Amino acid sequence: MAKFRNLLAAAIAAAGLGLAPVPVEAAETPAPPEHTWQFEGVFGTFDRATVQRGLQVFNTVCSACHGMKYVHFRNLKDIGYNKDQVEAIAAQYTVTDGPNDQGEMYQRPAEPTDAFPFPYKNKEAAKNANNGAVPPDLSVITNARPGGPEYVRAVLLGYEKAPEDANLSPGQYWNKYYPSHKISMPQMLVQGVVDYQDGTKATPKQMAHDVTAFLHWASNPHMEERKRLGLKVILFLIVLTAMLYAVQRKIWADVEK
Amino acid sequence: MATDYQTPYKGVLGWLDDRLPVINFADQHLRFYPTPKNLTYAWNFGSLAGIALVIMIVTGIALAMHYTPHTDYAFASIQKIMRDVNYGWLLRYIHMNGASFFFIVVYIHMFRGLYYGSYKQPREVLWGLGVIILLLMMATAFMGYTLPWGQMSYWGATVITNMFSAVPVFGDEITRWLWGGFAVGNPTLQRFFSLHYLLPFLIVGAVMLHLVALHRYGSNNPTGIEPKGHQDQVPFHPYYTVKDLFGLGVFLIALSLFVFYAPNYLGHAINYQPADPLVTPPHIVPEWYFLPFYTILRAVPNKLGGVLLMFGSVLILFALPWLDRSPVRSGRYRPLFKQFFWLLVLDVLVLGYVGAMPPSGIWPTIGRVATAYYFIFFLVILPLLGVFERPKPRPHSISQPVLSDRAQPAAAPTSPAE
Repeated sequence: MAKFRNLLAAAIAAAGLGLAPVPVEAAETPAPPEHTWQFEGVFGTFDRATVQRGLQVFNTVCSACHGMKYVHFRNLKDIGYNKDQVEAIAAQYTVTDGPNDQGEMYQRPAEPTDAFPFPYKNKEAAKNANNGAVPPDLSVITNARPGGPEYVRAVLLGYEKAPEDANLSPGQYWNKYYPSHKISMPQMLVQGVVDYQDGTKATPKQMAHDVTAFLHWASNPHMEERKRLGLKVILFLIVLTAMLYAVQRKIWADVEK
Repeated sequence: MATDYQTPYKGVLGWLDDRLPVINFADQHLRFYPTPKNLTYAWNFGSLAGIALVIMIVTGIALAMHYTPHTDYAFASIQKIMRDVNYGWLLRYIHMNGASFFFIVVYIHMFRGLYYGSYKQPREVLWGLGVIILLLMMATAFMGYTLPWGQMSYWGATVITNMFSAVPVFGDEITRWLWGGFAVGNPTLQRFFSLHYLLPFLIVGAVMLHLVALHRYGSNNPTGIEPKGHQDQVPFHPYYTVKDLFGLGVFLIALSLFVFYAPNYLGHAINYQPADPLVTPPHIVPEWYFLPFYTILRAVPNKLGGVLLMFGSVLILFALPWLDRSPVRSGRYRPLFKQFFWLLVLDVLVLGYVGAMPPSGIWPTIGRVATAYYFIFFLVILPLLGVFERPKPRPHSISQPVLSDRAQPAAAPTSPAE
């Protein structure tokens, strides 16, 4: 508690005195490179094949450490899976349920109504397994990082050999785009880690593109509906406003300036 | 008692109006209400602000049906709204972006009032009520931003509530009392939610008083000359109802562009990270509409000084009608005021820009200069202008506006109407 209050006091003092700490890494972390996505723009949609490949990357790679507690297996219907496929995908995961009538918690295969589970018992277990770092929940990850999907893709691909004076702790890796560069997630998207069901060649770049598109869908599941509705609303408003302008001109025509 | 009122209406309307004179009231204040005929589009922003308030209240009430004000559930309940509630994403994006648009509209409305001297006698109270509305809006927006319980919600609330610890002697007690504990926590979130729901209705009350004060003397107009008769006025309906509806159309198009195509553009990405009291974000920044005030807060290297200056920058507006000593209302006829006014607009934009920058390098210096001009404008320039400025000749009435300007002959035909 004392530590927390000191931290608090420091932050407040800094903000109040106009000395708020400058993010040093902001100066030296390069901007993530531009990338073309199919979900961009007024007519952007989630390419089903891309997002489904992304799900495969998530299932095979990411889900070993990351959960998505706000994304449910039932939501996968939105990216082109039918009921049976959704049940089969959910069944690959194990969730803790209970208590049962003996008062015990138990493990069971996930169902469509479950969310993508966090693979560790709790945060402490996650820290213990990852040199003190907790793998973040990925439900809204592309909304939760400055730079959005571009940033997420750049980090997945941004692993480099650390400079001589980097001072990496054990379990840390050097990433060009990660703030402070020292990331606790190893480079996961390497050649051969995923064998795509649709036969697409699973290069690191391809996997990063696919899984980021999937995560962007997970963060914004209503994006397609939003953009479709937006087009209708705005076209309607333009016509309505133009007519209101005409009415206004007509009504004001008899007023002397 | 007031029994001399004879309803002019017949039939059912007459029956109702005789018992509750609402029909008469609506006719007096919405239909026949005489309004200067020369109002420009700058006068659209008052009604837009009213509509923005209604949009915020309606979407807010619906959101409150699904939101859970608890530190353990708030973030999750927002995700529930965004994913599972029917059109929850639409409600929330309208509410989020609506807040920004509400401030845009109100800031333009205020700068319009400033330029055309709408705060001058006899409209000082009308202006003062407007400043009260602004203060209530700021409190409401701040507490609303806390509710999603993201990183910026938590740390923003921490920084702002800590400003009260600058109060001498009782600072710590006041801050603890505001928090309901020893740090921003669940009691804080719950009271912020309660107040976030209450304050908008106080705003509604203040808006009603604002309208009562407005209708006492009617709208100001671009000439700043009071209407001299019917030739200067038009009935509110249909002339200004249609003009306000057209303005509303433009407003809704602009709002829709953000809601549907850039819903998170005006927010901060890190507010999609759940609040974590143990991880301070590298950069704690308020929402864009508070950035000018944030710069003023940081302009003084002393906590109490910064807080006083920041509150002072809003409170000084109450004194505006008495700081501006010029008898001329409209900036149109005040050549010097006009220049200082546009410099103030630029100054506020600079203050906002500096607020978003890290306080290092050249930025704090620019922030201090801009802060200085803000106060000098109100405390020095306005009082002096009233004495030293030589205003341009003004027209005799709204219908005869061009006395000294370009088209003198064109004005001639309208003058007999007087």
